[in-house]
Amino acid sequence: MKYVDEFRDGEKARVLISEIEALISSMALPPDRPLYLMEVCGGHTHSIFRYGLEGMLPKQIELVHGPGCPVCVLPMGRVDDCVAIAESPNVIFTTFGDAMRVPGSKKSLLQAKADGADVRMVYSPMDALALAQRNPEREIVFFGLGFETTMPSTALTILQAESEGIRNFSVFCNHITIVPTIKAILDSPGLQLDGFLGPGHVSMVIGTAPYEFIANFYRKPMVVAGFEPLDILQSIWMLLKQIREGRAEVENQYARIVPDEGNNAALHAVSHVYELREFFEWRGLGSIDHSGVRLREAYAHFDAERKFAIPNVRIADPKSCQCGEVLKGAIKPWQCKVFGTSCTPETPLGALMVSSEGACAAYYQYGGQKHQAEVV
Amino acid sequence: MCLGIPGRIIRIDDETRKLATVDISGVKRQVNIACIVSDDHPVKACVGDWVLVHVGFAMSRIDEEEAAQTLKILTELGEAQAEIEAMKRSAAQAGG
Repeated sequence: MKYVDEFRDGEKARVLISEIEALISSMALPPDRPLYLMEVCGGHTHSIFRYGLEGMLPKQIELVHGPGCPVCVLPMGRVDDCVAIAESPNVIFTTFGDAMRVPGSKKSLLQAKADGADVRMVYSPMDALALAQRNPEREIVFFGLGFETTMPSTALTILQAESEGIRNFSVFCNHITIVPTIKAILDSPGLQLDGFLGPGHVSMVIGTAPYEFIANFYRKPMVVAGFEPLDILQSIWMLLKQIREGRAEVENQYARIVPDEGNNAALHAVSHVYELREFFEWRGLGSIDHSGVRLREAYAHFDAERKFAIPNVRIADPKSCQCGEVLKGAIKPWQCKVFGTSCTPETPLGALMVSSEGACAAYYQYGGQKHQAEVV
Repeated sequence: MCLGIPGRIIRIDDETRKLATVDISGVKRQVNIACIVSDDHPVKACVGDWVLVHVGFAMSRIDEEEAAQTLKILTELGEAQAEIEAMKRSAAQAGG
């Protein structure tokens, strides 16, 4: 596939790894203090496990798997709200497939569907809008989910619905925003991080300028990274070079997709349709100020939160789950008490086990068992 | 949802609504191209563009020059390393 295969070249990967090894050995790191590099984005977590990149890197590099999987950080209370909307009379509830199995306090959307609710998987919010046009007598609700990557698509769909006068369509908006979340991580006490792999596709929308505070204020390097194996290895190499040279800058490895200024049309749609919430609740991380968006008053008629009575109750995560510690990088997935025993991809307890972009599911699928065996 | 997939715009379907057909590894699908259209790059100019598609929306035009530049850095790294290897080998031979 064009622009994919070129970035999977094994020979180039070997070269990068030996460059990384050379940089590491030139740094003379203390033996008990590896470099902690966080990949913020769940898409990176997925690629790192899919291609076994962690195992190729020198052991002085610890990858910390960050919170950038929108499905994984969805709190149980919001899933309950989805189920309540889906079970309302006359509703067709549409969602990306990833969200179907996220556990609520009583059931997931998949279980609600089995119980008779009309829940349908869609690939795009445009497909949900088309469903609304085909079924004028039904209420179509789209589950808006994701960081800035998918935020513009929902915004543009709402603008389309507005211009076509479609009134039986609404969005249950759970879009979240990455910058306050990175700041919350940087402010959490006792955190050891030496650098960030920046989220490639969020950056394609917001550009690289919003990260400058990470370099300027927190003095941490960040490299906005693509998702193919060579992209990730090259970005790690760029991070190490910054650390080696005592620099803290925002660099862009993924310039073929990410313009430094971001995407103007997408940002325009986003700011037109949404406004920041005062705070948003994250699974495992708690409440983070200004980390979510909702529909502006002008688009209230497309807002499922106003159209339907939702429970809107905060539900604590199951006590046995340690998703929060995993998300902050304090423990590895396989160090959680329920990993691979009562929490598996088939019957997830915590959301990190649900999506293929979640750190636990990735560990479980691509080698978590090995780590678990080492622990036992 | 977050990874996206590259495809090539083969036809404009609706200029006002900014809808186009994109060929994604042989699968054809209608995609909204509003985010890659600008005054400098109007809808009609988009045919033939390589784009990254996320949930039915073309979110970025793939910059061929930048892609080539990134690959060039990687190739040069490899060449430099091969040269260093050659130097080491020749030094070892000279020494032996």
